Amino acid sequence: MSVSATSDSPETSEGPSGSAEGVTELQNAIIRFAGNSQDGIQTIGAFLAKLAGRSAREVMTYMTIPSTISGGPSIFQVHLGSGEVLSAGDESDFLVAFYQHSYDNHIASLKDGGICIYDSDHVEEVKKGERGIVHVGIPITSTTVEAIGGSARDRGKNIFVLGLITQLFQLKKEKLVSLIEKQLGRKGESVLRNAMLAFDSGFAYPVGDIVGQQFDLKEGVEKAGDQVTTDGNTAITLGLIAGGVRYGAGYPITPWSTIMEQLRSELPKYGGLFVQAEDELGAVAMAIGFAYSGHVAITGSSGPGLSLKMEALGYATMAEIPLVVINVQRGGPSTGLPTSVEQSDLMQAIYGSHGDAPRIVIAPKNVEDCYYTAIEACEVAKEYSCPVIVLTDQALASRIEAFSEPDLSSVVDPELDQEIRGEEFKPYPLDGLTKHAPPGAPMAEGKYPVVTGLEHDEWGHPSGNPEMHQRMMARRRNKLKAMAETLSLPEIYGDESGDVLLVGWGSTWGPIRESVSRIQSRDISVGAIHLRHLNPLPNGLEKLFASYKHVVVVEMNDEGLYGSGQLATLLRSRYCDPKITSICKTDGLTYKVREIVEKIEAIVSPA
Amino acid sequence: MSSTTDEPKKLTKKDLSADHPTWCPGCGDFAVLAAFFKVLEKLQIPHEKICTIAGIGCSSRFPYFVNSHGVHFIHGRALPLASGVSLSRPDLHVFAFGGDGDGYSIGGNHLDHAARKNINLTYVVMDNFVYGLTKKQTSPTSPEGFKSKTDPTGAIDRPINPMKKLVYGGASFVGRTHAAQVKHMMEMFERAIKHPGFSVVEVQSECVVFYPGIFDNANPRKGGEFEIIEEKKWDDTEEDKARHDVTDENAAYELASLQYPGKFGVFYEADRPTKNQLEQQWIDASREKVGDKPSAEILADRFASMK
Repeated sequence: MSVSATSDSPETSEGPSGSAEGVTELQNAIIRFAGNSQDGIQTIGAFLAKLAGRSAREVMTYMTIPSTISGGPSIFQVHLGSGEVLSAGDESDFLVAFYQHSYDNHIASLKDGGICIYDSDHVEEVKKGERGIVHVGIPITSTTVEAIGGSARDRGKNIFVLGLITQLFQLKKEKLVSLIEKQLGRKGESVLRNAMLAFDSGFAYPVGDIVGQQFDLKEGVEKAGDQVTTDGNTAITLGLIAGGVRYGAGYPITPWSTIMEQLRSELPKYGGLFVQAEDELGAVAMAIGFAYSGHVAITGSSGPGLSLKMEALGYATMAEIPLVVINVQRGGPSTGLPTSVEQSDLMQAIYGSHGDAPRIVIAPKNVEDCYYTAIEACEVAKEYSCPVIVLTDQALASRIEAFSEPDLSSVVDPELDQEIRGEEFKPYPLDGLTKHAPPGAPMAEGKYPVVTGLEHDEWGHPSGNPEMHQRMMARRRNKLKAMAETLSLPEIYGDESGDVLLVGWGSTWGPIRESVSRIQSRDISVGAIHLRHLNPLPNGLEKLFASYKHVVVVEMNDEGLYGSGQLATLLRSRYCDPKITSICKTDGLTYKVREIVEKIEAIVSPA
Repeated sequence: MSSTTDEPKKLTKKDLSADHPTWCPGCGDFAVLAAFFKVLEKLQIPHEKICTIAGIGCSSRFPYFVNSHGVHFIHGRALPLASGVSLSRPDLHVFAFGGDGDGYSIGGNHLDHAARKNINLTYVVMDNFVYGLTKKQTSPTSPEGFKSKTDPTGAIDRPINPMKKLVYGGASFVGRTHAAQVKHMMEMFERAIKHPGFSVVEVQSECVVFYPGIFDNANPRKGGEFEIIEEKKWDDTEEDKARHDVTDENAAYELASLQYPGKFGVFYEADRPTKNQLEQQWIDASREKVGDKPSAEILADRFASMK
């Protein structure tokens, strides 16, 4: 067995550390489940991820789903580890293939010497003996049907496999069973009974004997506090609530929809409301209505929907309405690749809309950060009274990670500001930040404000005065420059000077970080920084750039006409520095560490 | 809240007047504004609770001329914004204003959905059959044959029928009036404001510059006839049988199908739960389910389920 011995990947570089009594200890395991979308392979992954969170292991998942209504190939990859897990892994150590097409399409993703478990009821042809891969055929479908009693057809195969995996990796059965009971118990007694029959049958299956060994996936070091396990869209949802959002409106679009679905169910519990609007234009307008009314409000979408919201976002900048906008990026342009990942909405987030309409743009780096970024978005929206776009993406939306339970002591119930405004009240003071008087607030002097999209004076009266337009334009720009002053420089991970500085933003954080040690192992000195604030950028990046020969932005978008990705273009524009280049791709998949390493090698030592 | 707690000051037209309207002299919208002031004077809604909202167009300048909390929003989207205000602020009186282009063309979809959802607010459409602010282009209510800058040989598209659109859409109060009939207009506004739900008053309001005289045939002072809908009194008399039942949707369509200029008054009025009420019921049930806990505790329970 050579699950990791030959690989240069750090996920498994520590390798098996003993094989007493046929048990191999593992620091890490990357398991890929390949089947069809209706087989519930996401469920296996979700259970394993949750279990990892409860066992002080780090976990990261990666899934692909077809954009069809039902059916179509789908994978779920789980990377479990006792050390730091930063990406879903390049190649897998284990592959579970439910169908022939699953086997054919994914056997190449298995490492040399990896283990392939396949459903011998569906997979007929396997390439035994190739690359030292251990093939284990198990009649998953028929054994499950037998266990449940024949009536459930293909259902339950996923839970059977979960039992199989539990035994093979000597996972904590009791913890898993209690998770299954909690999760499936809600769906009724018979569902739970069938699931447990399938699970027990899988657990009792002598898979270890067939493979020739079992694995002991080591538990990690207990972290302070409890671990919670969830996906990026849920983390965003809960962050918004913690940040004080009680009202919002949206329109369904993949992969944003699960945020709006959750807000629709969650917000009423907090006395709030989320409305499904007739379209994207109505959704953003209604959200602005909520914000104008004195609430922290949100709308959100994915690329095409964000484009539709642009006119109203221009209004929100002009009228200085605090509004949080979540954009879950997917492959574009147009309908593009609805269920694939891309970071190609950066320019639209910063510069979309008509006129000069500055707004704040922030991007979370991982699932945990989705929670904190959503809170920060609410805070800066209120502070600077302007739209704030949170740029997350399809990969982050659905992948599952475990992280420390957040401290909720500062979460408060938002209060509506209905204070009486005195004569000094000006909604748009030239020397200060906007703080609107929401409707319902009495005006001591009896003069009520109109919030407007026309250029206006300090009191909000329409004004076509050329000087006033320039001053107000400067005011809207300068508040973002003031925000930039509050941002600290990103920390450098890796070498603080040398050949290459990697610059990332959004969900590429993990693979970039993981690539640092692998690039270093090739005698290249490399550091990495991650930009969470994209507009405004933190000041002083040029000081960091100065210590490296190359500054390479790693992003999931196109290199464009002039050879730079979207963030690289912005950085080149700001710093006029030709050493800023970029690594780009638009294959709709997250970065593999190997891809980054190879491209950096080519940049540093061109052939 | 207010400094005069014992004897609230009476709200007058003077309190409610803001900037002098920028409309052309003779524009029908002046009368709409005057009627609106008079109805507010009568109803004595607390000043700070009045919220006027509009999109883009001549008539959408309305919020600047009313001294109240207000929003001048983007073209066609006044209703979803006003819906957000209405749904999250039950203490406010929400008014939306606009024209035929803003409401029936660029905002036509929003109108259908605000009506369908029966959002609790009052919407006044000043219909002048033409785009005025952009200087005489064809509007969705321009009659066939109307010569405009975009239809120099006469409009060829069939105009929409606002009354049919509103009744079909699900508006729970649909009234029609004329800017030259201030008393009737006030009656429509008052009934619309008192109606719980999505109430719309369509006002034929003349553009004296780009479509002068178009509404004369319903103006007795200009030789026309202003025919008012007689509503059922439910008095069991023979005459009452011929009168209009405002709850009868088919009868509303029949009225809407009359040859122009048709009749004026309430076409339709239904007692239907508002989205405001239905959502509040769900909010109340959800709050009860979580035991009225403060936010931090509900959130903590949610995180506990993810361990």
